[in-house]
Amino acid sequence: MINLREVSETNEMISKENLDVRTITLGISLLDCIDSDKEKLKKNIFDKIYESAKDLVSTGDRISKYYGIPIVNKRISVTPIAMVGGAACKTPEDFTEIAVTLDEAAKKVGVNFIGGYSALVSKGMTAADEMLIRSIPLALSKTERIMSSVCVGSTRTGIDMDAVRLMGDVIKQTAELTKDNDSIGCTKLVVLCNAPDDNPFMAGAFHGVTEGDKVINVGVSGPGVVKTALEKVRGESFEVLCETIKTTACKVTRVGQLVAMEASKRLGVPFGIVDLSLAPTPAIGDSVADILCEMGLESAGAPGTTAALAILNDQVKKGGVMAASYVGGLSGAFIPVSEDQGMIDAAECGSLSIEKLEAMTCVCSVGLDMIAIPGDTPNTTISGIIADEMAIGMINQKTTAVRIIPVIGKGVGDNCEFGGLLGHAPIMKVNPFSCSDFVNRQGRIPAPIHSFKN
Amino acid sequence: MSKTIITVVGKDTVGIIARVCTYLADNSINIEDISQTIVQGYFNMMMVVDMEKCEKHFIDVAEELEKLGNDIGVIIHAQKEEIFEKMHRF
Repeated sequence: MINLREVSETNEMISKENLDVRTITLGISLLDCIDSDKEKLKKNIFDKIYESAKDLVSTGDRISKYYGIPIVNKRISVTPIAMVGGAACKTPEDFTEIAVTLDEAAKKVGVNFIGGYSALVSKGMTAADEMLIRSIPLALSKTERIMSSVCVGSTRTGIDMDAVRLMGDVIKQTAELTKDNDSIGCTKLVVLCNAPDDNPFMAGAFHGVTEGDKVINVGVSGPGVVKTALEKVRGESFEVLCETIKTTACKVTRVGQLVAMEASKRLGVPFGIVDLSLAPTPAIGDSVADILCEMGLESAGAPGTTAALAILNDQVKKGGVMAASYVGGLSGAFIPVSEDQGMIDAAECGSLSIEKLEAMTCVCSVGLDMIAIPGDTPNTTISGIIADEMAIGMINQKTTAVRIIPVIGKGVGDNCEFGGLLGHAPIMKVNPFSCSDFVNRQGRIPAPIHSFKN
Repeated sequence: MSKTIITVVGKDTVGIIARVCTYLADNSINIEDISQTIVQGYFNMMMVVDMEKCEKHFIDVAEELEKLGNDIGVIIHAQKEEIFEKMHRF
């Protein structure tokens, strides 16, 4: 029988340490919606999303009340739209119409984001892929709830540098079209290497083609829970430190597993994976940077940060694997800047630079995330930052990502405000030296030697 | 049928258990176990209850208990026991 101490521990995690289920994400395959008639395609997409997800939000809310655990977001991921729209869309504007349909469907079923306005071009782009990518700036400026991602590399294929170069332009255009709101469009656009097919977290969520027709993926969070647990073991050995993170991560993931199974049962949709990611929010006590400080750093970015983050990321994965029947997605520690008050403070006080963040991405679960840079940063420099990050992912066989915001009209020393969960950020300094001759080369970077495993 | 855990947390005052138990009795909710402590003047109670004979929906009961807590000045939660079982038992 469960006892008072255990009940109190769980409820304090929820009420004082911001434990929550960050998202229930319903993955929906749109492959059976494909039609060469654009209007028919739009209708098929809207109808399938509506039929599949009409009970998602109410079911999530009900599960939340049964267990007394907040379920913050209910979301949808769909098959990469470049594949779905290829037969019907002949121009980037045609793809934008699909984006509007997705946005309408998201609003109709009440989810806050729909991910999958995406193209997977890690080795090359089809005509449809390129059209979708070119449509992203307009699509993101015309919609509210669309999330877009482009996978430009993988360990098995190498990096498509033509796509990397194009993404530098696309990010800048997206920033321009949303410049009245601190270029907020770029917060909904991520460039990926080794993108997982089952990630429930935005902006990189899409329903991979390896998935079934529908799937429930759940993302749990809880940086505050880990931080509080570590407060009790200050000064203890690395063994104790690691064990504490692992045990805590395990408990948190168990809640995710419970919610995932319940959502799967109630919606009649197979359970996919639990993603245990320490996903910070700008709320006080919900910060990954604060965990790093609790581990013994004066500020995130100080020497030792990469080692501390490596420990955190690895122990979170180890704890999570034991706790859930299927673990997937990104699972680990996210290090966004604008969404984490501790990271914002670190960037403002000068302890954290883009170069240190890049080093941290070698050992975190994703990559350069929610970093605001000067609006006049050259497109080729943005492509260079992407290429560096993709190379880290390709060589180290891990997912990496770039979600970077060139804030038009602002420079180093200014601040930008995205609001809500997206937070706010100081504009960070970018290395001023050029890489344009490098990124302007045509073609792709070959797959690394360790990709040949056949 | 799974059990429900009711927790009551707040500043200690006369009649907390009486008010909660009266509500449960009025709604045919059977108390199977109670444990309670007071730490530094703060009241912390947990009940394991069976709601099988209760005619109201779980979510309505949870909301009514929350309101009752507001009246008394304590925080009352009703949660399905699985969240605690899952987290603390393998």
